[in-house]
Amino acid sequence: MQRLDDPAALVQVRFDGTTLELAEGGNLAAELLAVGVAAFRRTPVSGAPRGPFCMMGACFDCLVEIDGVVRQACMTEVRDGIEISRPSAGAEVSND
Amino acid sequence: MTETDLVIIGAGPAGMAAARQAADAGLSVVLLDEQPGPGGQIYRDITRASPTRRALLGKEYDKGTSLAEGLQHPDITHISGAVVWQIEGDAQVAYTANGVGALVTGKRLLIATGALERPMPVPGWTLPGVMTAGAAQILLKQSGLVVENAVLAGAGPLLYLVAAQMCRAGTPPLALVETQAASDRLSALRHGAGALRGWRYLLKGLGLLRELRRAGVKRYTGADDIAIEGSTHAEALRFSVKGRTHRLPCDTVLLHHGVVPNTQVARGLGVPHRWHAGQGAFCPERNDWGGTPVDGVFIAGDGAGIGGAEAAANAGRLSALEIARQLATLTLAERDAAAKPLRRRLRRDLAARPFLDRAYPPYAGALSPADDTIVCRCEEVTAGDIRGMARLGCRGPSQAKAFGRQGMGPCQGRYCGLTVTGLLAAETGQSPDQTGYYRIRPPFKPVTLQELADIAPDQLTRGD
Repeated sequence: MQRLDDPAALVQVRFDGTTLELAEGGNLAAELLAVGVAAFRRTPVSGAPRGPFCMMGACFDCLVEIDGVVRQACMTEVRDGIEISRPSAGAEVSND
Repeated sequence: MTETDLVIIGAGPAGMAAARQAADAGLSVVLLDEQPGPGGQIYRDITRASPTRRALLGKEYDKGTSLAEGLQHPDITHISGAVVWQIEGDAQVAYTANGVGALVTGKRLLIATGALERPMPVPGWTLPGVMTAGAAQILLKQSGLVVENAVLAGAGPLLYLVAAQMCRAGTPPLALVETQAASDRLSALRHGAGALRGWRYLLKGLGLLRELRRAGVKRYTGADDIAIEGSTHAEALRFSVKGRTHRLPCDTVLLHHGVVPNTQVARGLGVPHRWHAGQGAFCPERNDWGGTPVDGVFIAGDGAGIGGAEAAANAGRLSALEIARQLATLTLAERDAAAKPLRRRLRRDLAARPFLDRAYPPYAGALSPADDTIVCRCEEVTAGDIRGMARLGCRGPSQAKAFGRQGMGPCQGRYCGLTVTGLLAAETGQSPDQTGYYRIRPPFKPVTLQELADIAPDQLTRGD
């Protein structure tokens, strides 16, 4: 990803046990993509990796668990200190 | 609970224009929208986009500025970050904003939920790294991010625009792989109605193509057999042109073959929909003012049939005028006088649609995918599964749901509905209208028990 503007202030979030620095107030799905996160979750049916597809809240492929609640990453703003994990429903989650 | 004259869902061009027109006509308006700022998808983040981004996005994007400024009116309450999950009679709308469930009741309801990308099921389209072309544009508009090592595949003018914007950002795509043939555009030009307007679009397209050529973007047309390779991430796009196979290694694949009305909320309210052959999609039944057969419910913009941003804004204004007439803040004569110039502009903007529909038909390979291609992304149901259900006797999508769960995942059929209708229709020999569509029910978006409980006091006072 190429970034056009100087990024906003960075805040720390936890994703799947790793600390990431993301732009505060940014779109969570976009900012995760920007730091190289590709697979946001694994599907409950086959365990296949999935990432953002539509970026407009319609496809539900970018689902992540934020502070215990499953949310659409593309409909969520980055806030300092949020705890993000891959939804645990269904298949075994492995760390890619 | 909030009470208002008019509740509008969606702050894209139709919703924003309607809100201002209604407020100017003396109505109170509550405008609900999911995004942090107004603009919808076409003008996403218009109030916050940096000058760098604006320069890349061009004049068309800037048109959203005045619509967004129009929301600064004492009688317009714009609630951003509002996710609508249920609507009951008399425009009682339940939504969640800032994590809290709330209710707003209006005398009239305007649905302005716009379009979705037409689902493009090809092998590998569920892999991380595969997105819609619209998604790439949203990344650019809202986050100032440009995808790298990308290939664009499909059909339609949006592909040229996205590719040109990537070039302007200094990160051109690797290639443009188009499914339509040159003959599609020639037959479209012979299509009298709108061909003249069509020429203007064609010229705009040619200008964008010049930009792509200058940036050295490779272009293929008449592509078929499109498939994305990769095991855990997109690695390459494979396709054939005139029987010869090509393989383009890449990190990102952007798919697009047109947009279709987002009918989710309208269907949930029981608005009847009809198949529109020219647009290859279902459109809601509505009159000249956007009024539907469901009492008090109006639809304007691309959600009623694809017409583009300018048409959407004027359709929104026309709905607002009729709503003001119904609520007696405008006389019939005032309504008609204000409507006249809007109708003229609307007709002009819609004139080019038939041309565009013919020049960039959807990719046939994605309308009738191979048996092993996933069509329902959520539940991982293949085209072959759907055809099998038809052979077992399933006549329509709602019945087929019970056999394979397609349409029952979190997206509620938004990215498989049209494909499933198409597959069942082809297999059973019925028309799309006879085949029908999923029955859509609330909640339209996931809702927590807490958010449901938040609206209970309001529900109790209503005696429901």
